Amino acid sequence: MSTTFTIHVDGAAIPARPGQTIMEACDAAGLYIPRLCDVEGLAPQGSCRVCTVRDNGRCVSACTQPAMPEAVIEHDTESMNRYRRDLVTMLLHEGNHLCPGCEASGRCELQAMAYRLGITDSNRLPYLQPVRPLDASHPLWVLDTNRCIFCSRCIRASREQDGKNVFEYVGRGIHKRLAVNGNHLADTSAQEGDHAMSDGICPVGCIIRKGEGFSTPIGQRRFDKHLIGEEIENKSGRSDLSTEEAQ
Amino acid sequence: MKKLRLATTSLAGCFGCHMSLLDMDERLIDLLQFIEFDRSPLTDFKTFRQRCDIGLVEGGCCNEENVRVLRAFRENCDLLIAIGQCAIMGGLPVMRNAIMHAEQPLNECLQTAYAPSETVWNPACRIPADAELPLLLDKVYTCAEVVKIDYQIPGCPPSADALWYVLNAAVQGNPLDLPPELIRYD
Ligand code: SF4
Ligand code: SF4
Ligand code: SF4
Repeated sequence: MSTTFTIHVDGAAIPARPGQTIMEACDAAGLYIPRLCDVEGLAPQGSCRVCTVRDNGRCVSACTQPAMPEAVIEHDTESMNRYRRDLVTMLLHEGNHLCPGCEASGRCELQAMAYRLGITDSNRLPYLQPVRPLDASHPLWVLDTNRCIFCSRCIRASREQDGKNVFEYVGRGIHKRLAVNGNHLADTSAQEGDHAMSDGICPVGCIIRKGEGFSTPIGQRRFDKHLIGEEIENKSGRSDLSTEEAQ
Repeated sequence: MKKLRLATTSLAGCFGCHMSLLDMDERLIDLLQFIEFDRSPLTDFKTFRQRCDIGLVEGGCCNEENVRVLRAFRENCDLLIAIGQCAIMGGLPVMRNAIMHAEQPLNECLQTAYAPSETVWNPACRIPADAELPLLLDKVYTCAEVVKIDYQIPGCPPSADALWYVLNAAVQGNPLDLPPELIRYD
């Protein structure tokens, strides 16, 4: 018998079912936890750590951690948000993120996350300014790996949904980078219709479709009008959350 | 009420950020009740008249003159704000850092720009070296790599609304923190 139970997120009682992760329970209740590597339709892997919450005092990734009855979870607090800001800042500094010249600008999840988290502080970290390869071999897509944030979404989509292995990581630590299964993208089995190459898989401007350019005018792009995560917050509305203080 | 003194400058930038300042339109007139311009391309003062409350810096540092001006701003401004992607992360000029890993990065940069090619007519292979020209740095530096920066207003350029928000907050003595809807990196 599957019974629902309650988890307590920042003082709000959230219903959860056995088998749900903390993020799934919060999503269903209209409570958005920031995330970059997790995307609808792919198995979560908890690698970007942007969804980190404190679950009974322990830092865990909300996208992989099962919700447990009566768990006390810290999520939208200054300390957790500072942690998230640091992670997203490091991603922005690790690659080359020249947003004014990037076709993903306005629909990029990394950029939108930085807006949501309010990243404007003066730089404490150096920009690493890597010189990673740009692969324009394929007739349909360009890969600019200087913008890759190592979310593995393309790797998982290719493996899980397309039954291919077009993408993989090579190297370790700071030298880790995205590689393709061949000398160039054009030598791989990547083709039109692949889930890995579809809109919304690459959260940034690393996998770019050729021939589109800056097709959506500024002001009408995905994150021009609303913050990332608002679609989840608006889905079921947070007003119907019962806060324990109110009870 | 004592007016705040404001200085502005454009280093390795395109002046787009200053255009955005002008884009505040009639709000500039409101602002002028509380703010006085010191050294700025808008007043054409080349040196500081007095110590300033706020300095706005557009552009990063690509030559030694940029570094000198930026240091003068730090010395003469209580609050130093980097405005625009060029000042914050190098912007378009920083693309030249992609060749900084080369053996002689500066040479490669100048050769790419001036060596004769399909698009460059320069038979004598001359590279500008007039003593009047500021010396190029080995690479482009962000403002925060050169001096301490107190706040950043991102954007390319930051919108007039974002600039207005921060200047207004400074005048009112409020925290400068931009709300998410005014934060843009493009
Ligand atoms: S991938 Fe995103 S953050 Fe990076 S340059 Fe493009 S828009 Fe900016
Ligand atoms: S290419 Fe895009 S989807 Fe693939 S790992 Fe990099 S950022 Fe993620
Ligand atoms: S940030 Fe943009 S508008 Fe401002 S100086 Fe640089 S290129 Fe020009």
